[in-house]
Amino acid sequence: MWARMALRAWAVLVLLFLFVPILLILFYAFNTSNVQSWPIPGLTTRWFTATWNDSSVRSSLGLSVQAGLAATALALVLGSCAAFAIHRTAFFGRDAVSLLFVLPLALPGIITGIALNAFFSFNGISLSLWTIIVGHATFCMVVVYNNVLARLRRTQGSLIEAAMDLGANGFQVFRDVTLPLISTAVVAGAMLAFALSFDEVIVTTFTAGAETTLPVWIFGQIRHGILLPEVNVVVSFVILVTIIPVVIAARLTGGGGTARVPAAR
Amino acid sequence: MVAVAGVDLVIDEGEFFTLLGPSGSGKTTLLRMIAGFERPDAGRIELGGRDVTSLPPHLRNTNTVFQDYALFPHMSVADNIGYGLRIKGVPSTERRRRVERALQMVRLTGLGQRRPNQLSGGQRQRVALARAAINEPEVLLLDEPLGALDLKLRQEMQIELKQIQKEVGITFIYVTHDQEEALTMSDRVAVMSNGLIEQIGTPVDVYERPATEFVAGFIGISNVLVRDGVRFVVRPEKIRMLADSEVPEPGAHVEPGTVEEVVYVGMSTRYVVRLDRGEQLVAVRQNMDAAGDAQRFQGRPVRLAWTADHTYVLD
Repeated sequence: MWARMALRAWAVLVLLFLFVPILLILFYAFNTSNVQSWPIPGLTTRWFTATWNDSSVRSSLGLSVQAGLAATALALVLGSCAAFAIHRTAFFGRDAVSLLFVLPLALPGIITGIALNAFFSFNGISLSLWTIIVGHATFCMVVVYNNVLARLRRTQGSLIEAAMDLGANGFQVFRDVTLPLISTAVVAGAMLAFALSFDEVIVTTFTAGAETTLPVWIFGQIRHGILLPEVNVVVSFVILVTIIPVVIAARLTGGGGTARVPAAR
Repeated sequence: MVAVAGVDLVIDEGEFFTLLGPSGSGKTTLLRMIAGFERPDAGRIELGGRDVTSLPPHLRNTNTVFQDYALFPHMSVADNIGYGLRIKGVPSTERRRRVERALQMVRLTGLGQRRPNQLSGGQRQRVALARAAINEPEVLLLDEPLGALDLKLRQEMQIELKQIQKEVGITFIYVTHDQEEALTMSDRVAVMSNGLIEQIGTPVDVYERPATEFVAGFIGISNVLVRDGVRFVVRPEKIRMLADSEVPEPGAHVEPGTVEEVVYVGMSTRYVVRLDRGEQLVAVRQNMDAAGDAQRFQGRPVRLAWTADHTYVLD
């Protein structure tokens, strides 16, 4: 009885610890003062208009969305193909190859960042939106790969055989059976990939040229400490943009989806 | 590793043919070769006189009922059943009509719009059957289709399957490890062991006249004896157990022994008897008398009698 109550209280405390800071930021976004102190002197929406009219926010947001979408698209193609290849074929060293696919996510971002930066400069490739996309795709691919592979492994192999048995050729089997069965995993993987790309800082720092993405912009503002209220507004927005796809992804993969969301980098 | 070797098998049109054997005997591999999921290293598979050995599954006129049913979870029951016809390009009105008829055949009328996960095990089994049979294949392959059902349902489905097979007149090739299932449904049975066919014959053939000791042991309880250098089988129900002063029928072979165990199995009672010569035999008697009566034989000396025409000599 007491143990149960204590456990509940503990769970509540942990949740508070995780989410109170986030709620605090949402509050500060409405702060009339540009000094962060508690209690806040009053509520205002003026920082929202200021942020909306700030061209540096707009351009970095635009860059983030472009990089996120492109990296996700690239990750979808590469991740799904890799998952199919690993699932369907059996060859010597398959587990090792599978590990290599997953490694970029486990690798510290600083290593990926420095390595890519060195690679690009070695080959004389100037840093731009495209280098950010390639950098993000390295780890976005992994979440797509993991999701699709997990779904393929959970899918009964006999379903494919049943479709062939009923007269379906390779393309028809894919269209009528394989694709519908993995579609939610693909979508979930894509959403997680976008969420990962959207808040990435470290790899972006090393692969971005003159332009910056939204998280990198936030980082810069916090260091300078000039536009803190605008940062709060932007962060509130980023929270929404990242949480929504993660929640949808979790729904799509049947509740257990969040368990496969890798730790944010 | 060879899963199936030296199989030479001709199955007649419209026949209910069963591949019977323990797990690992190669019966499923053989079925998968006929379906086209596996290719033999050597030999040929012909379907209606046409060599299909190198034909992929989707170009073969066979359909399979899978052990795990393999119903498409994202399609309704009707779409599952109609999938083969859709692939063949059968127009939707005719398709609907035939799906309706197939649902009726397997007694699932009105459940066409359900999803497979809204059905019971027995209903899913029937959907799998309808999905395969609707295509009117030359051969319908069934891979332990009743394995996942409970005993009562299994017995009902055995009768139903046999009726459906007669109704549609398609050749059935049925894989099972259940000897009772094989005996009740089949026109002919092939008993397999270690990738080899031990015997092919009618249910009566393989039960009454087993060709090898393996067949004798796998189908039913068999009593293998050696007398005068001849190995032979006597089925338990062919042995008469004589108590006290009962007289054996003329010409019967009689041997004394002691009842070691009495096993009541409802319809009959099984007596495990140790012969004075050393072997153990099982005799079965119908429970015609009061059921409690059987126990009185426990530990008592009896005589076992059988006639020569009820024994079958093993090679």
